[in-house]
Amino acid sequence: MLAPMPVHLREFGPAAVLAEVDDAAAALALATWARSRGVAADEVVPAARTVLFDGVRDRRALDALIEAWSPGEAAAPGGLVELPVTYDGPDLEFVAGAWGVDVAEVVRRHGAVEYVASFCGFAPGFAYLAGLPADLAVPRLESPRAQVPAGSVALAGTWCGVYPSGSPGGWRLLGRTDARLWDPAADPPALLAPGTRVRFRDAS
Amino acid sequence: MSLHVLATGPLALVQDRGRPGFAHLGVPRAGALDRPAAALANRLVGNGPDEAVLEVVLGGLEVRADAACWVAVTGAPAPLLVDGVARGHDRPEWLPAGATLRLGRPATGVRSYLAVAGGIDVEPVLGSRSTDTLAWVGPSRVAAGTTLPVGRPRTEPRPLDVPHARRHRPLRLFPGPRADWFAEGALEVLCAATYVVEADSNRIGLRLDGAAPTRLRETELPSEGMVLGAVQVPPSGRPVVFLADHPPTGGYPVVGVVHPDDLWVCGQLRPGERVRFTPARPPSPGWGPGAATG
Repeated sequence: MLAPMPVHLREFGPAAVLAEVDDAAAALALATWARSRGVAADEVVPAARTVLFDGVRDRRALDALIEAWSPGEAAAPGGLVELPVTYDGPDLEFVAGAWGVDVAEVVRRHGAVEYVASFCGFAPGFAYLAGLPADLAVPRLESPRAQVPAGSVALAGTWCGVYPSGSPGGWRLLGRTDARLWDPAADPPALLAPGTRVRFRDAS
Repeated sequence: MSLHVLATGPLALVQDRGRPGFAHLGVPRAGALDRPAAALANRLVGNGPDEAVLEVVLGGLEVRADAACWVAVTGAPAPLLVDGVARGHDRPEWLPAGATLRLGRPATGVRSYLAVAGGIDVEPVLGSRSTDTLAWVGPSRVAAGTTLPVGRPRTEPRPLDVPHARRHRPLRLFPGPRADWFAEGALEVLCAATYVVEADSNRIGLRLDGAAPTRLRETELPSEGMVLGAVQVPPSGRPVVFLADHPPTGGYPVVGVVHPDDLWVCGQLRPGERVRFTPARPPSPGWGPGAATG
């Protein structure tokens, strides 16, 4: 196995630093670790290959903190959320074709994976869920749908996601869940905050 | 007490200093675009810095107070009328009970700020009363017929205060994290050109038409965290300066970052107006890369 890449820091204006790492898992691990050490920043934002530290109050302390992190160390596992899904999405047949299986097998394979919320983006509470193997990647729609209903469970590439609110979207829709993904009155307001483990259960 | 909204112009929103700390959940920070103007309005009426004010685009706001209160209007110089009588800008004004306050269309700038002693006391969402216009987190936009609660004033107004210099200088620009995705001298290209503000500029971003730095890498950039003032260059080549309601992550390379103290200008530029960039002095020593390791 290749040794993990050391963290590369990119300057992002006078108050922020972008830390580049290998992949989304490493980004989540670094972000979780930095938060657990009480990093002095307003925002710690993991993404596909980076962690943004914004509103950094002590740059030397941040550099020292990042230097003390061991790349390759997995994030401490987060809580587990189980989402009941009605598998009746308009792209089930497409995904079945792409995977070379029937619809029942799509449901089985999708539900067999334990996902991890790597990072949020696109909309409040929209989590990019990692875990689908590379050979099950599916392409996005060529042109996005004007309206995807809230609760839609969808795939794009190897990412799985659940739309927290109705919005345009180009992901492949497998089904829907009644779970409330975003609730500003809850703590945390996002059901699938970064680090959360997720399982889908067939409720069709 | 409360304010009854009788009319609004193109857009009126409740704003405070925003809700930082939720970018990792996909929530924009929001907050007043012209922060110095909003802060001045609060100071003038004796409010603390975290009270909410109204951010009014191109005037048109008309409100009636059900109890007497101090108010102050700052930012874009929208003519202020109280029961039809002209009142001043950048100073506390007395709004008698039942009187109607009206903001006309400002001759320059875009956003005026109306502070009321006690602050606009709508229910906070995630610790802030700001409305984010990207995902609509926070209070609804202010509409005719709305009643806005006002908090209890803390202190007397402070009439002796001064607005900051409101000259539009070139926007100071720091190098961005993806400057190396562009041909050498990308920042020089940005700083040599004159840009025209596009009509679709809003609280999410100031969209500019003008010379585009040449992009070297055509590969897709995986989404990464974004900051206030980040200058993204999408495939159209038209730079966008990210403002308070920007998406927390983005997939276009950031060539530069506008100095935080110049961002208020971006909230006051009108479509068709011209804007320039100039290189920012590098941050203080100890900030730069490798500072911890020497």
